[in-house]
Amino acid sequence: MRFLIRVPIMFFRLLYQSVYLALSQIWANKTRSMLTTLGIIIGVASVTAVIAALSGLKAKILTQVESLGTNTIFISARRPDRGPLQHASWWSIRFQPEQFENLLEHCPSVARFGRQTWVGRYTVSHRDKSSENVTVRGVEPACHQIDSRPVTIGRPLSVIDEMQVRQVCLIDPKLRNDLHLDRDCIGQSVLVGYDTFYIVGVVEPRPENIFGGGDQERSEIFIPFKVGLKMQRYPSIWALAESRSADVSDDALAEIRFFLRRTRHIKPGEPDTFEVQSLQNELQTFNEITVIVTLVAGGIVGISLLVGGVGIMNIMLVSVSERTREIGLRKAVGAKNSAILTQFMIESIVLCCMGGLVGIVFGQLLITAIDNIVKAAFHVTVLDMAYIPAWAIALSFAFAGSVGIFFGMFPAIKAARLDPIEALRHE
Amino acid sequence: MAKQAGKVIIKLQAVKRIYKVGVEHIHALDGIDLKLHENEYIAVMGHSGSGKSTLMNVLGCLDRATSGYYELDGYDTTKMSDAALAHVRNERIGFVFQSFELLGQLTALKNVEMPLIYSRDGWVSRKNRAKKALQRVGLSDRVKHKPNQLSGGEKQRVAIARALVCNPSILLADEPTGNLDSKTSEDILKLFDQLHSEGQTIIMVTHEDDVAHHAKRIISMKDGLINSDQSTKEYNGSRHVTGKKSKEAPS
Repeated sequence: MRFLIRVPIMFFRLLYQSVYLALSQIWANKTRSMLTTLGIIIGVASVTAVIAALSGLKAKILTQVESLGTNTIFISARRPDRGPLQHASWWSIRFQPEQFENLLEHCPSVARFGRQTWVGRYTVSHRDKSSENVTVRGVEPACHQIDSRPVTIGRPLSVIDEMQVRQVCLIDPKLRNDLHLDRDCIGQSVLVGYDTFYIVGVVEPRPENIFGGGDQERSEIFIPFKVGLKMQRYPSIWALAESRSADVSDDALAEIRFFLRRTRHIKPGEPDTFEVQSLQNELQTFNEITVIVTLVAGGIVGISLLVGGVGIMNIMLVSVSERTREIGLRKAVGAKNSAILTQFMIESIVLCCMGGLVGIVFGQLLITAIDNIVKAAFHVTVLDMAYIPAWAIALSFAFAGSVGIFFGMFPAIKAARLDPIEALRHE
Repeated sequence: MAKQAGKVIIKLQAVKRIYKVGVEHIHALDGIDLKLHENEYIAVMGHSGSGKSTLMNVLGCLDRATSGYYELDGYDTTKMSDAALAHVRNERIGFVFQSFELLGQLTALKNVEMPLIYSRDGWVSRKNRAKKALQRVGLSDRVKHKPNQLSGGEKQRVAIARALVCNPSILLADEPTGNLDSKTSEDILKLFDQLHSEGQTIIMVTHEDDVAHHAKRIISMKDGLINSDQSTKEYNGSRHVTGKKSKEAPS
């Protein structure tokens, strides 16, 4: 029982004393310690900066994906890479509106589905005011929910608008301002090209997007899908779908693919003439890239830590030979070999961990600096969500600590093995 | 031999210490028999190379005898492990060195505390014990001073306080006045006298007759053997008779 109490107390005592000694030793040789740990500092700073940047990027992309809906699926026509259709004209590859009919019945994992068509860029005018290059899109009602573009004033496009092919539209706030319309502009008419449309609602602007979709400069106008089809000779069509949950996202992709192969009469063995993609897939790809970048950065940092470690070993050897007399004295007054060993090991570990700490601080500074430079140069905020995750801090410390253990071992053993008589005689 | 009552603290029997240098064997100690009692004050004298330093190292458990038997405080040290010897050095032996061996970056108090750091029981109360030890050597007012703020005599007093802080059975002093002027030497030797009167067992290595005369018993060594082992009075008497011979003694 006494033994059980004594061992932890002795351990704590040894640790406290060694850490205290190590810190005073490092403090006594400030410049030298700083220069020695530079390798560790640079290594840890770069790895934390890279990890912080990646986590920030990931967090940013995730929030944007969430704003788009993680279950969103994009369906678009695409020329295949192989097979007889690889040189086919765009005209023959494009979707026909009827190819999507009854999709919901055949795809049980799909919750919502809506077709869209890109009508083009038009000049939109109201009385004497006009706005050029307005993106006009024909959308089915479900697209609003999938695309997370809620209507702030008025009502969204409805199935009745669609069925009756009504000349109604939704506009975004920018267009409303450009045309000097009232805040509540429901019921007023605008001229799109040569067609008159009645405004039924105002949609939220598209959130800023780092994928490049965030086109804040242009304003948008949404009209019913069928109206959009009518306005074009060869309409280009794509579709948005939403799976019932993230878990069945892959099922939904497979069902849509199977369904479209049938409606587009693609024979078995022939490649798809379309693409079905989910954000889940994209995220996975991004995650893979993140892992690769982290590993590569980790490798580079490993080398830098190795170099730093050699520096630590070098300085510890100097420290041991400088303090040979001290070691001799400590042994003479009763320090066991293990106590000397611990003293030098702890000194090396403390040195490395302090390097790690400074490195983490520098890493954070580096990230802030890069963020500010990017902001100033490109006017986009990419790294504002960058942070150093707890596991990265733990990893940095663990790594720095192991460098301390590994490279402090040899000098510490050398110190512990010194013969006290020889050591006391040392000049 | 001096008539001494009290417990036997040190018992050496046929202790040899042989160094191997190449194929040559150097007998630094060539069979020493010695018995020391509690509260003795001994001076070990001899030329350089006579083996007195080796004897100190063996007595101080810094070195092991090649053969023979060494008993300290009733414990056989010849079969102890390195760690156990470190423990013995910590608890039973206090060292005082010619060049003080204080750690420059530590205050006097911290220097005196140092042996207690390595002690099992002394750790908790180390500050008070260190203060008491400094008081004992008359340095209560120099507690916070660093070695470079102290005079030579004060430094040696701090070193003596450090040696005493664990209440050792023996105080081993290796030329304790070698780096001091005659006035300060006298002060330090007075301190030794005082410690002896308080019951401390002291072994001192010196080659100066004046210093050795403070001890109550003088052992002179030659070629790894004890040449003579006399009380100080006897030693003085023998020196008058064979005055010429011992004139060579100081090296």
